[in-house]
Amino acid sequence: MGMTLTEKILARHAGLDRVEPGQIINAKVDLVLANELSAAVAIAVMRSMKGATRVFDPSKIALVEDHFVPAKDAQSAKLARLMKEFAAEQKIEHFFDVGRGGIEHVVLPEEGLVAPGELIVGGDSHTCTYGALGAFATGMGSTDIAAAFVLGEVWLRVPPTIKVVYEGAMQDGVYAKDLMLATVGRLGIDGATYRALEYHGSTIDALSITGRLTMANMAIEAGAKNGIFHADEKALAFVRERTDRPFVVERADADAAYERIVAIDVAALEPQIACPHTPDNVHPISEVLRERVQLDQIFIGSCTNGYIEDLRIAAKILHGKKIAPSLRVIVNPGSQKVWMQAADEGILKTLASAGCVVNTPGCGACFGGHMGTLGDGERCLSTTNRNYVGRMGSPKAEVYLASPATCAASALTGIITDPRVVERAPAYS
Amino acid sequence: METTLRGRAHTYGKNVDTDVIIPGKYCNIVDQAELGKHAMEGIDPEFSTRVKAGDIIVADTNFGCGSSREVAPIAIKGAGVSAVIAKSFARIFYRNAINIGLPILECPEAVDAIAAGDEIEIDPAAGAIRNRTKGTSYKAAEFPPFMRSLIEAGGLIPYVERRLAERA
Repeated sequence: MGMTLTEKILARHAGLDRVEPGQIINAKVDLVLANELSAAVAIAVMRSMKGATRVFDPSKIALVEDHFVPAKDAQSAKLARLMKEFAAEQKIEHFFDVGRGGIEHVVLPEEGLVAPGELIVGGDSHTCTYGALGAFATGMGSTDIAAAFVLGEVWLRVPPTIKVVYEGAMQDGVYAKDLMLATVGRLGIDGATYRALEYHGSTIDALSITGRLTMANMAIEAGAKNGIFHADEKALAFVRERTDRPFVVERADADAAYERIVAIDVAALEPQIACPHTPDNVHPISEVLRERVQLDQIFIGSCTNGYIEDLRIAAKILHGKKIAPSLRVIVNPGSQKVWMQAADEGILKTLASAGCVVNTPGCGACFGGHMGTLGDGERCLSTTNRNYVGRMGSPKAEVYLASPATCAASALTGIITDPRVVERAPAYS
Repeated sequence: METTLRGRAHTYGKNVDTDVIIPGKYCNIVDQAELGKHAMEGIDPEFSTRVKAGDIIVADTNFGCGSSREVAPIAIKGAGVSAVIAKSFARIFYRNAINIGLPILECPEAVDAIAAGDEIEIDPAAGAIRNRTKGTSYKAAEFPPFMRSLIEAGGLIPYVERRLAERA
């Protein structure tokens, strides 16, 4: 019996010929990631470990200031500084301060720090994003990250793999986010717990790298340990533009054993909405439209949808228009590079002219940190990944999740709106 | 190893996520006791005033889903909770709880039979759960051998220290 893509990568990093689901392995890591929140705890744990004075390899650690930055308050500033000082002390090569990085999961692929076949662990649950480029990547807590900092290894239980196959052309108004929301809705928020998701199908082959990043990002929303794509020519070109370090491209064997195979009929898929208060409470937009959901805030950004491609979609819909007077719309480019690209293309001006506020890159609004926190009774439509009670602020607020196109279309009306209606309208100039 | 744990049950449903265990706005707090004041705030705002040292959280499936924030189990511990019994745990929370020394037990039968306020006694090493209010006993699922060795070694930190000593 052959191995799945995840099993192949894990076996190689454990120095084994083969691994099987359920097996516990010690695997070497290619990169360890932390942000100022997970790093603060990880650094304290590392300092408490006897014999742990240095990180295993200063070139294989990435530290990104992104959750409460620019600092929300003095306590947040303290954590940011703690990580910065640790980076200097340990001579960490990949430290990203405010203004030179952005959201960790947007930054790492952009900077060439992720390559196919690599094994990456991060102190953030959305570390699974890097599966878009054919890497095994998973999120962990701070003590595990401290262990990885000093050992350069992690213990892992080899997950069984669920193969998800997407076939058919996407309808107008349907994007990678819709495919993934449909997937989370199908699997349920614990449907892939302790499992790997391996994405397949002709729809996936046609998808951009950004779309794949969006889909791998939300593997955790089905509880998965990782979500992974095969690196094709598109992925290889993306990576080779950004790094010249060697990497090994793995492929699942033709006779790999999958725990189950889930088929998603893409041609029949409408834009999707995850309604409050779980990411698997997913409905086709036609069902949600009937309820005429009035919105107070729209958020476009995050590690799920903060890429230049996402901002282009929003700008195209909002160009020359004004957002509904009842709304506030917050746009958050995912990284400094995305921000600059959007500036060059006139996207920031288009969005600002429409009445959106364009914030600095960061995670704040998505997790109820700062710069877009919801109040009691408020309702938000968001391109982010989670809509649990209190996720974006007040436990009495409601969060709906959708694609950037659905968010931009809804920005024009103030209620949840089908992007197909807007996209079919004559081009604006 | 821990001795017998005893306390009253606080019961919750499925998919108790890390955003309700410790809302994002508190994630820049590092002090365990301070975090404890906000434990479960998103789902049960009065929890920190009601909970007594030794009390036990009892929940349905997928406890701790969502974020990797290690402050989630730390906040629960900081509130004085001695253990969590659930039908199942989300993956990252499971690792984090073991790493910080918060006893967790998987036992669907016990979860179905325990009501809020029941007095529960746990022997975490043996996986034994006793409902003193109802006079019933349960056995939690055993940890896989590797997890057991990690727990018996005192958690991940001593394990890492041993590995570092072997390399030196």
